[in-house]
Amino acid sequence: METILILLIGFLFSCGFYLVLRRSFLRMLVGVLFFGQAANLALLVLPGIGGGISPIVKAGATLPPEGYADPLPQALILTAIVIGFGVIAFVTVLLKKAHHDLQTDDLDELTHTDREEPRA
Amino acid sequence: MDIPIYAFLLIPIIAAVLQILGLRHPSYQRIISLISTGLIAVLGCLLVVQVKHNGPIILDVGAWKAPLGIQLQADMLSALMLAITGVVTFCSALHGMAEIPTRDERKGYQIIYQFLLLGVCGSFLTNDLFNLYVWFEVMLLSSFVLLAIGGKKAQIEGSVKYVSLNIVSSFIFLLGIAVVYTTLGTLNFSDIAYRIAHQMGSEAGIRLAAVFLLIAFGVKAGLFPLYAWLPSSYHTPRHTVSAIFAGLLTKVGVYALIRTFAVGFEAQHHFFAPILWWGSLATMVMGVLGAASQFHTRRILSFHIISQIGYMIFGLALGTAGAIAAAIFYIIHHILVKTNLFFAAAAIDRIGGGEDLKRAGGLFRTAPWLVVLFLISALSLGGIPPFSGFWAKLALIREMVNGHAWAAAVIALLVGLLTLYSMTKIWSEAFWKDRPGNAQPARPISAAHVIPMILLAGGTILLSLNPTFLFELADIAAQQLFHPISTP
Repeated sequence: METILILLIGFLFSCGFYLVLRRSFLRMLVGVLFFGQAANLALLVLPGIGGGISPIVKAGATLPPEGYADPLPQALILTAIVIGFGVIAFVTVLLKKAHHDLQTDDLDELTHTDREEPRA
Repeated sequence: MDIPIYAFLLIPIIAAVLQILGLRHPSYQRIISLISTGLIAVLGCLLVVQVKHNGPIILDVGAWKAPLGIQLQADMLSALMLAITGVVTFCSALHGMAEIPTRDERKGYQIIYQFLLLGVCGSFLTNDLFNLYVWFEVMLLSSFVLLAIGGKKAQIEGSVKYVSLNIVSSFIFLLGIAVVYTTLGTLNFSDIAYRIAHQMGSEAGIRLAAVFLLIAFGVKAGLFPLYAWLPSSYHTPRHTVSAIFAGLLTKVGVYALIRTFAVGFEAQHHFFAPILWWGSLATMVMGVLGAASQFHTRRILSFHIISQIGYMIFGLALGTAGAIAAAIFYIIHHILVKTNLFFAAAAIDRIGGGEDLKRAGGLFRTAPWLVVLFLISALSLGGIPPFSGFWAKLALIREMVNGHAWAAAVIALLVGLLTLYSMTKIWSEAFWKDRPGNAQPARPISAAHVIPMILLAGGTILLSLNPTFLFELADIAAQQLFHPISTP
């Protein structure tokens, strides 16, 4: 199970890398989405997927049962997903405005702020 | 009296909420901004005094104990950074009163400014790696918005480049956090330091985590070769926004590098020191060469940010307490000087004939006050005695010589020479030569543009004439970094 997930993380990262380096706005956005999913999945898989026992202390015991799933990475992933969602929402609108204002879908054409005499 | 460190987080939130309630009244929003940033400045200075006398302050949020609970801590480094944040954001809030048009404020500029302040203060106060990620994101998202407010084409283009690189770096940060938690089982900085020092994690895992975190913070700080987003975007937004970005945001990245690598991964210093060493030297050189090729005021200054970041990170690469103290002094000096230079660039843009240096000129005759204010900051940046830049560079080069880093010292001195060259280029183009015919017409300049420059120049002069007090504080900060607060 963990092997499949690790391979999946690698696959998502490579898709993300490939797409982020493309020229089109939309492909870069989808690449960023893949990156986010891969990073979140890595947060889940790397600390080790537990035996599926929920980390709830039974009545009368002081510790959760042996082999419980670690709740901390799950909390981290939730936070990361929410933050990623907000960021992606902003990026989507920014790219839409950029497409409208700059009249291009090609990242290679965005060189005006790098040139010697930038326009105002 | 004990200063509650959660006040630094409450004040910007309350200010933002009050400003949201007064969204249609820009003058009311501005007053709240000034009050909020002024309070942070005053509290920050009081915090420095308190930490100096009583030691670091720790707050377990929600009374959940570290290392599982999130811990806020204010040691001398955090206190110094909070104080300088307050001062610089106060000056920018003043400057913004004249520079930011009301239509931007109706779109929420002041509110997002408070959230930026919140993210910065939170980053400086947290002792937990994932909490640092959260505050980084608050700061980053606010900076995305501030960069784009105004809607000019150059801004949108700069935003796309800034946003895309920084988002990817955020995800790499997440990956680094995942590897840290896997290897060490904890996310608290002090606990990370403890566990690494006691060989509690696999070396390969620790080094992998260090690499991911180095890339993530390197993008934020502007380390070679990850700085390409900076000169493409920092010269596009409103001048106030440029100034606050230049003064503050990259230094948060440097702070994160210091906190992670001088505190957390300190026991692995021999591994990442060569990377930081050569990376910071390349940063110094590339930044100043980039600046030497530009003729646009804010682009020159943006490349200089990169170059000076190289100095600060070299102090971290040397790794001794003295070197890190020199780096901390350099950070404070540079924040003051850089923000002031960006304010000067705003003034040059208004009354000197635009940002293109070939079309600007004549300021020596028309604005002698600007000459004085610009020269204080420019000579300080270049490292001319008796200004603060001289002391900062002297301290760093003395540490380099003590560490037998001869090549690095030579490179640092040459880079300083080239920095001076770019400053004299701005001087001779915008101030010394006569105003050319195709200069842009002068626009009115108000007291709100000038007073922040006077305040920051006054700070630089204070620092120049009495650098010892800041050196003492920086020494205390470096010593506290090497003895992190112990977790229960």
